[in-house]
Amino acid sequence: MSNSSVADKPNFESASKPLLEVKSLTKKFGDFVANASIDLVLEAGNIHALLGENGAGKSTLVKMIYGALQPTAGQIVWQGQTVTIENPAAARDLGIGMVFQHFSLFEALTVTENISLALPPHLRTQDLEERIANLSEDYGLPLNPRALVVDLSVGERQRIEIVRCLLQEPRLLIMDEPTAVLTPQEAQALFTTLRRLADEGCAVLYISHRLEEVKQLCHDATILRLGKVVAQLDPQQETAGTLAQHMVGSSVHAVSRQENNQAGDTLLHLTNLYQRADTPFGVDLVDLNLEVRSGEILAIAGVAGNGQGELFSALSGEVTNQDAAAISIQGRTCGHTGINGRRQLQAAFVPEERNGHSAIGDFSLTENILLSRHAVADDQPPLHQGWAGIKRAELVKVNTKVASQYDVRSASIDAEAGSLSGGNLQKFVVGRELDRQPKVLIINQPTWGVDAGAAALIRQALIDLSRQGSAILVISQDLDEIFELADRVAVISRGQVSSSYEASAISREEIGLLMSQEKSAPANETTAQGSS
Amino acid sequence: MQLILEKRPQASRLMYFSSPLLAIALTVIVGGLIFAAMGQPPLRALYLYFIDPITNLWSIEEVLVKATPLILIGVGLAVTFRANVWNIGAEGQLTAGALMGSIIPILFTSWQSPLALFCMLVMGMIGGALLAAIPALLKVRFGVNEILTSLMLVYIVHLLLDWLVRGPWKDPFGYNFPKSIGFDDWHLLPTFGDGRVHLGLVIAIIIALILYWVMTRTIKGFEVRVIGAAPRAGAFAGFSQAKMVWFCFLLSGGLAGLAGIIEVAGTIGQLQPNISPSYGFTAIIVAFLGRLNPIGVIFAGLLLAVSYIGGEGVQIELGMSDKTTQVFQGMLLFFILMCDTLIHYRLRFLKGNGGQL
Repeated sequence: MSNSSVADKPNFESASKPLLEVKSLTKKFGDFVANASIDLVLEAGNIHALLGENGAGKSTLVKMIYGALQPTAGQIVWQGQTVTIENPAAARDLGIGMVFQHFSLFEALTVTENISLALPPHLRTQDLEERIANLSEDYGLPLNPRALVVDLSVGERQRIEIVRCLLQEPRLLIMDEPTAVLTPQEAQALFTTLRRLADEGCAVLYISHRLEEVKQLCHDATILRLGKVVAQLDPQQETAGTLAQHMVGSSVHAVSRQENNQAGDTLLHLTNLYQRADTPFGVDLVDLNLEVRSGEILAIAGVAGNGQGELFSALSGEVTNQDAAAISIQGRTCGHTGINGRRQLQAAFVPEERNGHSAIGDFSLTENILLSRHAVADDQPPLHQGWAGIKRAELVKVNTKVASQYDVRSASIDAEAGSLSGGNLQKFVVGRELDRQPKVLIINQPTWGVDAGAAALIRQALIDLSRQGSAILVISQDLDEIFELADRVAVISRGQVSSSYEASAISREEIGLLMSQEKSAPANETTAQGSS
Repeated sequence: MQLILEKRPQASRLMYFSSPLLAIALTVIVGGLIFAAMGQPPLRALYLYFIDPITNLWSIEEVLVKATPLILIGVGLAVTFRANVWNIGAEGQLTAGALMGSIIPILFTSWQSPLALFCMLVMGMIGGALLAAIPALLKVRFGVNEILTSLMLVYIVHLLLDWLVRGPWKDPFGYNFPKSIGFDDWHLLPTFGDGRVHLGLVIAIIIALILYWVMTRTIKGFEVRVIGAAPRAGAFAGFSQAKMVWFCFLLSGGLAGLAGIIEVAGTIGQLQPNISPSYGFTAIIVAFLGRLNPIGVIFAGLLLAVSYIGGEGVQIELGMSDKTTQVFQGMLLFFILMCDTLIHYRLRFLKGNGGQL
């Protein structure tokens, strides 16, 4: 790890006033206080980390700095002047650029066209294409200005957004969780670029919840919890553990994981699965082969947008397959079978998105129980019966059990699902499925946007289920999570899934290489792949 | 001073129930202003419009007669709109049901038995459902917007009715009036006593009660609500969006068709160019005013029926245009949709300068 630029931290700040000062900034949404009296000082040439769990108020804070939200109270001081940043255009005029977590690019247009659309008129010059080429070359962000966005990887798309910001010569660059969508190697390249920018005197506000990279990259850190600043410190002086403690507010239970007591029969088997994407810019799944056995957890790593959603739909049966034999659950072929037919084969599914996919925000928790369990026969007595209708008392029983076993905290048993925090709702959704003791579980991003306590509980529940003899397939973009959970790891890239490797025998770097290439087989391929 | 809409943390139950009442109140107030602006005494006009129709037996009966098709169509549309399926063509399906059901009394006049009447009702439902199947098919197979197709079919089937009663189905002894023969007693719905209220009202209320049970207690109703609230969650639950489009169109089309034949065999007694004062469109207002809830639809149907009779009242007593009814119905829909915003949002007045937000 080369962190030379961290060591000799540049000294622009001694010159004059700080570049940006935020003074007791407060933002309320109705009764909810998203940011409570935040103070923050950014110096030119510094990379400043903004740390916090999901929901801690990081996005709200930067949106106010970028003019996308207006503060309820407090001040923003830019180079010694109190300013009102009315909208993002005003922020850009001041010299504040921002790269969002979710890009706003037109996939059918070229790189140059996309950048041109977002620039103020005076920068839309004839030689734009050339300037993009030069700038991207200069900063180590290789980009072909004429490429269509649809053909580019997520990492390349992020470069478009960065180059767009750099064309406006920002004094402050805000990056919102930039590495969430990058392979480890792409992340290192990004860090080099950011250090270069800092050396030139640009300030960087770097939002993340990944502690290792903050330690590696940042000069200062501000930690938010529940909308308040809980610590301002030098990340070099801290360990990942102490940083996490600040973020969460208490030490987090480590997940305990006994070794796998011998994987048993194959319970989930994919054989030459092909699936065309059903949306124009979706990812086609190409020739997937994998098997998951009783008692083991197979994790599919990969950068967002490489076919994870499509893989989940194909496995769950939300989209059925042309080829019946492509998928089998517990030895029964079920490519043609819909999601409820697969549930009847004792499979259970947890999609990535909670709001409007695995749960309905406007419905009560009790009704949400019915969502995935109305057509499975394993509930005795049944949850509903024809014209006699839905058995509310039974639903309440199930819901009470799920709530107590998986620590779902809600105002009442009949609370609307939308009123729960992300972590509690995810515990509910996972608990609803695990309560059935499924033999096969497919789960996409099990702890996405979930607080650390809930994440630990969910991961432990998954490990426990697998050790009782179920086969679990976890799709995740979080390598920490994968190494905590998985017995075996495979990588999905552009709709193809690599061979699988023993989790103990593969490194992050090797996974990173697999993420960024087409299907291939590195040298140290280990046994685990079955006789497919 | 600034007025902003602010999202409520949780939907307001109070507003959920009081929004229709607020909408009715606003309609009355603005309606009074309109009467005043037209030089009419506002209080007397409002009395004639809303109160007078329910002060004597004759007009109460008339309200119930008019409420019958509104409730029948309204409950079907309530289910349909709940699922986010937009059948705007109930007026046409009503006409199609009336035509289909009238085949028996017009072409098979001699079949005189209680079964004939039953068959008329069934054929009415089939007629409405068949017409509704066209937008359903186009939607499911080709993704055509169902709002447009269902609406356009209204005009087609109206012209078909017009042609039939002026041509092949015209009463040969009807002095060349565009009317079919009058239906035989066997082909008319029985009435209560000597009045005008007929069996259709009972049918409408029974169907509303059944649909209330289906929507709130059965898995089919759950399916409708899930697909309407979150299509992806519907897929996760294993419900088919395409089947739901079919279900909604066949149900609401069938009920509109039933309303059509009931109107012809219960109220009018023969086919004529105008068999409905836009019941199919007014039922859209009924469905929303009734909170898309079948029980609510019964009450909303009664209220909108009053607006028809009241409209006739002010027309006769004050010499106002017959468009008054449409103005009131339009205002009511406008205000109900407006007030529904307040279920999820609240109004807040901000003092001071806007920049300091």
